[in-house]
Amino acid sequence: MGIEFTLAELCIASASEAFEEDGESLATGIGIIPRLAASLAMKTCNRDLMMTDSESFMLAEPNPIGSRDANFMQENESWMGFSRIFDNVWSGRRHAMVGPSQIDRFGQTNISALGEDYRKPKVMMLGSRGFPGNSISHRNSFFCPSHTKRVFVTGECDFVSSVGYNPSRLPRGYSLEEIDIHRIVTNLCVMDFGAPDHQPRLRSLHPGVKLDTVLENTGFELFLPDPVPETAIPTALQLDIIASLDPHNLRATQIKGDPPGSGI
Amino acid sequence: MNKVKSASEAIAQLEDGMTIGIGGWGPRRKPMALVREILRTNLNDLTLVSYGGADVGMLCAAGRVAKLIFAFVSLDFIPLEPFFRQARQSGKLDVLEIDEGMMLQGLRAAAWKIPFIPTAVGLGTDIIEKTSEIKMTNSPYDNKEWVAMPALDLDAALIHVDHADCRGVCQISGPDHYMDDWFARAAQNTIVSCDELVPESFFNDENAARKVFWERAVTDSVVLITGGAHPSSCAPLYGFDSEHFRSYAEFAKTDGIDSYLEAYLGRDENDYQSKVGGLEVILDLPLPTY
Repeated sequence: MGIEFTLAELCIASASEAFEEDGESLATGIGIIPRLAASLAMKTCNRDLMMTDSESFMLAEPNPIGSRDANFMQENESWMGFSRIFDNVWSGRRHAMVGPSQIDRFGQTNISALGEDYRKPKVMMLGSRGFPGNSISHRNSFFCPSHTKRVFVTGECDFVSSVGYNPSRLPRGYSLEEIDIHRIVTNLCVMDFGAPDHQPRLRSLHPGVKLDTVLENTGFELFLPDPVPETAIPTALQLDIIASLDPHNLRATQIKGDPPGSGI
Repeated sequence: MNKVKSASEAIAQLEDGMTIGIGGWGPRRKPMALVREILRTNLNDLTLVSYGGADVGMLCAAGRVAKLIFAFVSLDFIPLEPFFRQARQSGKLDVLEIDEGMMLQGLRAAAWKIPFIPTAVGLGTDIIEKTSEIKMTNSPYDNKEWVAMPALDLDAALIHVDHADCRGVCQISGPDHYMDDWFARAAQNTIVSCDELVPESFFNDENAARKVFWERAVTDSVVLITGGAHPSSCAPLYGFDSEHFRSYAEFAKTDGIDSYLEAYLGRDENDYQSKVGGLEVILDLPLPTY
């Protein structure tokens, strides 16, 4: 019997790899799994990453997630209020991993509104937040805890909150090379835009996941490597660090049913 | 120089149809007592500019908002602001949806008295495609197209701070002043509520002076309302009231904003505070962990 881990832990370890080649850059993970992935990367594969406390200070070491002891002292290294975040965003030295409600074949995403009529949305969500600026300024990755056609839509997103590899929306004077959609990690697989002309591609299937399951739950075509690799399982060291970063096991609440990651 | 006014005197300066910027961020350091004072008047037909929370939700639900300029509206731990959501889904709310950073640029342009700021933010997205309000521009220095983020000129800004003096020196000693300095500078009339009104000498200490983000000439009115950010937070003094926000969200699902206001708004802020458990309870709300 090998090492035991949950699907959430597999996703965290796999998503942490997305930050490996970022160099000295601000890693922002929005949501529990992306935040743990960025934090894990900062403690393993990319020690040069920068991170905030999700409020207004930069940290030399990532904070554990959730409530902390009264005597806990975070390792501040500078002030980083919201207005200053934009100075960093627009400089391009950042990689955000976020969880959009819709993602299309161009890597465009939607967190704003669902439905045909923007003036009267069927479902109003957050609003576009910082997605437009993030997507034109720096590298972005996505995490999706429930890989379905509702998220990976056929056609374009109902509202395009972030720019992707869509030639028909490319602004004058820009090339697709200036856009950087890096990695998509889901509960089923890992994808990227490494196919010709930045089309979407399957990178690996999580252990035990069938290729057909991914194809049936994705609203657009995926380029397939031959053979399709299996997503690397987390190491004992990664699992220890994840546990220390998430002492209240909030990661267990992020994927429905908190299934094991070994595909049993 | 004495800029101190009562909440009702300060809000009486506002008129129907004005464009009003509201400081803070989501459920954090919102000038909620000033928002409640608006709700006690008949002010109407407002255009709001806000990193929105319950300020936007309440004013939209109460039918006071003609147009909303926003990047998000959220209570953080309740991600989707329920009354804002209803207002949007009704199709009756005119909106200009922009990026968070574009809002900062629009406020800066207004503060600097320039018509727009060129930016890449918004390129290729429906922020630009779904509105005719934001124009593109050419650069005299390259061949790219740029978004021309227009100045967000504010008739008034409403801001809550922890300490202020009667001349309008304002201190934000919590960890982040958000974009409040730009709201203050972008506005013709900046109305600031404060938790504590302090003597001028309070700012002699350089550590106190370092937490002042705009000069006093930018502040037009000062209103003392201890606990005035409730139910939003005012770090380091008090956290947001998650129980109250849950109840507020429940009203959105059931009886609506009129019943919420009936239950809590009261005739003035003292009355409001007594209905939500009293000032001591507000000042005792724990700070959140992020």
